[in-house]
Amino acid sequence: MSKNSTEEKQAAAAAEWEPSIVGFLCRWCSYAGADLAGSSRMEYPPNVNVIRVPCSGRIDPLFVLKAFQQGADGVLVSGCHPGDCHYAEGNYYARRRMTLLKRLLEFLGYHPHRLRLEWVSAAEAREFAEVVKDMVEQVKALGPAERYADFDGRPGAVAGLEPSIPVEVPVVGEGERK
Amino acid sequence: MARIGVFVCHCGTNIAKTVDVDRVAAAAARMPNVAYATTYLYMCSDPGQNIIKEAVKEHSLDRIVVAACSPSLHEKTFQKCAEAAGLNPYFSEMANIREQCSWVHSDREEATAKAIKLVQMAVARAYYDQELYQSQIPVHRRALVIGGGVAGIQAALDVAASGYEVVLVERTPSIGGRMAQFDKTFPTLDCAACILTPKMVEVASDPNVKIVTYAEVESVSGFLGNFEAVIRRRARSVRMDACNGCGVCYQKCPSKKIPSEFNAGLGTRTAIYVPFPQAVPNVPVIDRENCRYFLTGKCRICEKVCSAQAIDFDQQDEILKEQFGAIIVATGIDVLDHSIYGEYGYGRYPDVISGLQLERLINAGGPTQGILKRPSDGKEPESVVFIQCVGSRDDSKGFPYCSKVCCMYTAKHTILLKEKHPETEIYSFYIDIRSTGKGYEEFVRRAQEEFGVHYLRGRVSRVYPRGDKMVVMGVDSLLGQQVEVEADLVVLATAAQARSDAKELARKLNVATDRYNFFTEAHPKLRPVETLTAGVFLAGACQFPKDIPDSVASGSAAAAKVASMFSKPFLLSEPTVAEVLPLTCVGCLNCQSVCPFNAIDEVAFVNPLTREEKKVAKVNEGLCNGCGTCVAACYSSSIQLRGFTDEQIFRQIETALAP
Repeated sequence: MSKNSTEEKQAAAAAEWEPSIVGFLCRWCSYAGADLAGSSRMEYPPNVNVIRVPCSGRIDPLFVLKAFQQGADGVLVSGCHPGDCHYAEGNYYARRRMTLLKRLLEFLGYHPHRLRLEWVSAAEAREFAEVVKDMVEQVKALGPAERYADFDGRPGAVAGLEPSIPVEVPVVGEGERK
Repeated sequence: MARIGVFVCHCGTNIAKTVDVDRVAAAAARMPNVAYATTYLYMCSDPGQNIIKEAVKEHSLDRIVVAACSPSLHEKTFQKCAEAAGLNPYFSEMANIREQCSWVHSDREEATAKAIKLVQMAVARAYYDQELYQSQIPVHRRALVIGGGVAGIQAALDVAASGYEVVLVERTPSIGGRMAQFDKTFPTLDCAACILTPKMVEVASDPNVKIVTYAEVESVSGFLGNFEAVIRRRARSVRMDACNGCGVCYQKCPSKKIPSEFNAGLGTRTAIYVPFPQAVPNVPVIDRENCRYFLTGKCRICEKVCSAQAIDFDQQDEILKEQFGAIIVATGIDVLDHSIYGEYGYGRYPDVISGLQLERLINAGGPTQGILKRPSDGKEPESVVFIQCVGSRDDSKGFPYCSKVCCMYTAKHTILLKEKHPETEIYSFYIDIRSTGKGYEEFVRRAQEEFGVHYLRGRVSRVYPRGDKMVVMGVDSLLGQQVEVEADLVVLATAAQARSDAKELARKLNVATDRYNFFTEAHPKLRPVETLTAGVFLAGACQFPKDIPDSVASGSAAAAKVASMFSKPFLLSEPTVAEVLPLTCVGCLNCQSVCPFNAIDEVAFVNPLTREEKKVAKVNEGLCNGCGTCVAACYSSSIQLRGFTDEQIFRQIETALAP
């Protein structure tokens, strides 16, 4: 009886659990596609927090690793369709980098569904909403991702207790400009 | 320590309905480095911006975060606001809590929580904002207009009238475009040629305009103010400077059976030809694929009869490389090839024609000198059926969109037929009538009431021959009855579609297209003639089907944008470009190998402390477009993209995932 109720509780917790997903969207296609999904009032789950980047070529594989290290259950990388990159070829670099990274993540024990590479154009609002819905469903089915520790052992970052906005950090490149 | 101000917009009820903006502001006020947070009904409005400016002063804010709509919409607005408040414009960030939050989520709790998270991420990012300054870039004050239809002609004329040089490139042998093919124009019924040909002559004689016909844009490189276009002028085989346009060559040409493109395949033309008598320039072209001399090596009749000795069989394609500051795309539309509609028998029955073909058949300059004769036996039709929405508003076979012009041109066709032959019985099958222009609805009413055209609401299921007539089977959905109409001629109002090679041109110009391959404007309402690629503008129906007034208006609008750009002494470039940190750069030049713009050079650098000299990478800011591909490729994190630094993005990631 008590065993049963524990299982039920776990099942209830699993049903309530919502995955955290970080989305890296290129500003020209996918971010604009997400905006259009908004203007077209297409509903999708709120699990994806979007970071706007100029181009999918800007997405350093470290960003993805960082996200998983900080507790992401999934990462969405989305750019312009091959051939349509605003900068001609940034998405080709993204494709190669993410392909390699995906294999590394699999090697580390992450399910391949946790990193998703998609091409969404500025006109593909419905596609964007579908991608988000589908990904949230897939990641939900996988359950929470295992988290790797921060190398610096940053307080809070690993335990996830507080946002790790440092109080005083030199601005990148400041030295050069002075 | 930074002192960040957070400004949460209600956007009327657009945001406030789903997101508890007060809670967002209260949560923002507790975020690290946030010194002030407030909400307002419309942050982008004048009073909203004043709230920001006053708060910057009063609370000595050094950065602002505006939680409102998408940065694509109002990033510039709030950068200007920050500047007006005395801050560096790049000390302004936006959290997109409308398009990517309140409009896509319905649960108030969830949406509010997400909005707080998005604000938190923007605050984290704002902390690392750097002071950035725009640099000046020179402008080549010349415009390239691609496409010589009425939109392109208008754009060229208007740019030229502002005192700047224009190169107008047209693919076919003559400018004029679709409008030159039309007979009359709705709703005024003035003759298309009478209003277009003077414009064609005007643009040809404008000293600021250089027209390059029978030519295509091969490639475009460069950026705003500094484009270089490679234009291929195809060999005309007739010397433009020598030809006097007498026309003897095409009268004597023995290859006479080539379907005329200008007459929509109905008439024929010769191998050496001008597409239509009013062509500009009035210089023939030899169609080498059909010319006897080029096919068999014998003939040269045109050369013999040309008194001006203008024929030049050895002419080669010419490659022009020209510099431009701005590009206007005005490539127009194609008409749907509706052979996909097997049930309408198009292609099998000669008496089922398209609206464009009818336009040529009733045009005095057309293959039948304006007397409507049906293609099969030359008989003048006594009854005509028009079928509207062929390919438009039809997701299964054609396009889901409305082609916008067909209701009107069908009404025009019916009136033109009725004017000449009032006894003709005319039926028009339609789904809905869309006549939303000045004088349009009245025009359709005239067709129905004054001219007695039978409008039947419903779709046609089949067209088939019976004797020498065509039978049109359809349904009248108002009567709820099957109807069968016998007709001598069936005219299909075929959908307008993007040019088959629009996508290819879009790639050359680096502009976006929509799912139908129409060019995408920068903003559907506020920036309808601009593209997201600075310096490239849209005119006419290449953006979406447009009628003549709209095409002309967009041509003028694009020209005004170009003229205002050229009127400035220099342009300002976005400072969000890559930057090398030479102290740690190891000179591997991996960045150079991935840069799509060749914006990275190798330079010598002397370490100011150790006096050691080494080779490092350096970004040419004029060429860098700020994609950041190099940043992700740098092994030593020695190259950063201003505005999108690693530090900023890492903090955004951490914040996004902090509980």
